[in-house]
Amino acid sequence: MTSTTSAEPTRRDFLYVATGAAAAVGAAAVAWPLISQMNPDASTIAAGAPIEVDLTPIAEGQDIKVFWRGKPIYIMNRTKKQVEEARSVNMSNLPDPQTDQARVKEGHDQWLVVIGICTHLGCIPIAHEGSYGGFFCPCHGSVYDTSGRIRQGPAPLNLAVPPYAFVSDTKIKIG
Amino acid sequence: MSGPSSYNPQNPALKWIERRLPLGGLIHSSFIAYPTPRNLNYWWTFGAILSMMLAVQIITGVILAMHYTPHVDLAFKSVEGIVRDVNYGWLLRYLHSNGASMFFIAVYVHMLRGLYYGSYKEPREVLWILGVIIYLLMMATGFMGYVLPWGQMSFWGATVITNLFSAIPYVGDSIVTLLWGGYAVGNPTLNRFFSLHYLLPFVIAGVVVLHVWALHVAGQNNPAGVEPKTEKDTVPFTPYATIKDAFGMACFLLFFAWFVFYIPNYLGDPDNYVQANPAVTPAHIVPEWYYLPFYAILRSIPSKLGGVIAMFGAIIVLAFLPWLDSAKTRSSKYRPLAKQFFWIFVAVCLGLGYLGAQPPEGIYVIAGRILTVCYFAYFLIVLPLLSRIETARPLPNSIADDVLAKSGSRKAPMVSTMIAVAVGGSLLLGGMNNAKAENSHGTTPPSLSWSFAGPFGKFDQGQLQRGLKIYKEVCSACHALSLVAFRNLADPGGPGYTPAQAAAFAAEYKIKDGPNDAGDMFERPGRPADYFPSPFPNEQAARAANGGAAPPDLSLMAKARGYERGFPQFIFDAFMQFQEKGPNYIDALLQGYEEKAPAGFALPEGSYYNRIFPGHAIKMPKPLSDGQVTFDDGSPATVQQYAKDVAAFLMWTAEPHLEARKRLGLQVMIFLIIFCGLLYFTKRKVWAAAH
Ligand code: FES
Repeated sequence: MTSTTSAEPTRRDFLYVATGAAAAVGAAAVAWPLISQMNPDASTIAAGAPIEVDLTPIAEGQDIKVFWRGKPIYIMNRTKKQVEEARSVNMSNLPDPQTDQARVKEGHDQWLVVIGICTHLGCIPIAHEGSYGGFFCPCHGSVYDTSGRIRQGPAPLNLAVPPYAFVSDTKIKIG
Repeated sequence: MSGPSSYNPQNPALKWIERRLPLGGLIHSSFIAYPTPRNLNYWWTFGAILSMMLAVQIITGVILAMHYTPHVDLAFKSVEGIVRDVNYGWLLRYLHSNGASMFFIAVYVHMLRGLYYGSYKEPREVLWILGVIIYLLMMATGFMGYVLPWGQMSFWGATVITNLFSAIPYVGDSIVTLLWGGYAVGNPTLNRFFSLHYLLPFVIAGVVVLHVWALHVAGQNNPAGVEPKTEKDTVPFTPYATIKDAFGMACFLLFFAWFVFYIPNYLGDPDNYVQANPAVTPAHIVPEWYYLPFYAILRSIPSKLGGVIAMFGAIIVLAFLPWLDSAKTRSSKYRPLAKQFFWIFVAVCLGLGYLGAQPPEGIYVIAGRILTVCYFAYFLIVLPLLSRIETARPLPNSIADDVLAKSGSRKAPMVSTMIAVAVGGSLLLGGMNNAKAENSHGTTPPSLSWSFAGPFGKFDQGQLQRGLKIYKEVCSACHALSLVAFRNLADPGGPGYTPAQAAAFAAEYKIKDGPNDAGDMFERPGRPADYFPSPFPNEQAARAANGGAAPPDLSLMAKARGYERGFPQFIFDAFMQFQEKGPNYIDALLQGYEEKAPAGFALPEGSYYNRIFPGHAIKMPKPLSDGQVTFDDGSPATVQQYAKDVAAFLMWTAEPHLEARKRLGLQVMIFLIIFCGLLYFTKRKVWAAAH
């Protein structure tokens, strides 16, 4: 084909660029629903609503595991001794310094509520184990204390505290 | 045609790859430098449109499979979950379900184009046979896909089609059992259909590669039917064919978008919004429109085995076309008789499609037999005979001559074809509709005006709130609404409550939950995430309380009910975006109770006379009476008002994203119209250099 030069090269170029741009905009717009569908759907989001947990069956020194948004949550009724241990730690010994007071609700000092997912690679630590009497993660040996703070092993951060509040003295609402 | 590639990459990395895997050269010679006859018309863009539709189906299908559950207890619900809860799930599902229809429209145009222009003739026989194989694979894929939503038509369609194989002598029943993986269509059947429905499109894609390969070896046919001889006869694929195909595809997308956004259920059957029920067969089992001609052939033969053989024969005969028609002249343009017979054949196919949707009785059976004979006669008698006796008009010397000889007059046949196809297509669609009408005994609900109709349709929030009140105070005594959650009351495009109001509404309900730690079931107040509870603990209890017939779930009622619109109204409906059949029907039914059955009408024991209900005898007593529910907004407390409000509410429960669909549809239509315009002018500029 011999390419003939148009009389108005600028107008033609504009047309080509406009067409190409429209195609690009269209492709991007199509991509959006195709990606967005991967996000949690409405029923999953609704199922992630806050849950209420009754604390009365948990005796001192015991713990229970509940699920919220597919994550295990440890609720631990700590003994006086455990609370003291947690509070007497020197901050400078902690890889992720945080006071125990900052990790529990004021006035409910014995209750520890943490997301039971190891901050290393996501395994579930075992409660009441490890050299600090808190949690021990069997996967790669992370050790947490009775406040759920990381003390030894590869995990970089303390066990996360989920959003929760005391509805009454014996009831909490997680979420 | 695929001469040596002139592809010479300059980039060292590309050079390195090209020496080891000459993919770039392959793409270059197939889609860039590939010489294309310069006289191709728009019928040739359907090849590209088909590739696009295959891609659309595979992409949307892969995504839908991420959300779908192939289990008889969960399949129907998972499809509704996709449409209601997944982000843009309604769009993906409608793209996929309407995409199948678009795929078949395109393939029929593509096949008829091949037939008209003799694209199956030497040296393109293998190309044509590969095409027939693709078509067969498409039919199998489409059928199995239709089964997956596990609605009534899915289930009974699967039963009827798999039972075709029972016609095979001696081993038929064993084969059917083998296909089912059970004693009836059931969970194993659904599971394997899902597996195969996911597999076959990739097989299709593989055969498409062979099809395109064969095309590039033999070269494209063209409307003149003469092979390109010199450089002057062809243009390079890119940019000429590329831009023309792009324009064709964009126009097709516009057509596609109309269906997806404005009439998404137009081509589907309302019965498929009722969950599969192995105990009840729908009044008419009608296949999807694209199988209707073959269904008509099946039913025309008064023998089970004969019908099955004829139906499969009707497709297989296509594979022998290159040898049945041995005429030297390819294009029907130059074969005056073949041209006429071609159009008769098109009419025969449309006629068969129409008959496939009719009940197999009386005149329809006779007409079906005549057209079946015509169908086979075209391939087995007309074409072989014509190729021996017909004298073709002189062919142009070359494609270039053909292009030069073109005058304005050649627009006319194109227009008349369009009209013929449109009229034929409308007959076909009208026929489909008539079939479903047969049992509605002629009483048509009046067409009401709804705020949610039309391209700018929106639900009237007050109406939805009143409808909800009627549902709660009246309908919910018997009917469940199992697909609607309390949280949906606060969704955009719904009754417009705040999340707090929806939570308060939920809390008025007692929801059965459990088991708890003690292993007991217990009741608790409803939460927004809960679904509207059923008034009965299970189906058995519902049956017992309602004289044997379980009251249907109302979540999809407005989509699961249809009625006769008649020809030609049905055609206009496609243009007018009419899709308010369900609400019109519900409204008319609720108002259709009459105190006394007319004289001479034998009302069965335990039923009530209702002029709208099929058969006029309904088991449900008149649910609404004046003054039953009081409205806060001062709307009249009349049955007429109640009926309309609750019908609108049920439309929302059936299609909660209706507003979002119409809004997005408008944006898409505007974009596509602009895009088509741009492509058209770009195409003109590009082709200006070729003439
Ligand atoms: S995941 Fe817990 S230590 Fe690695």
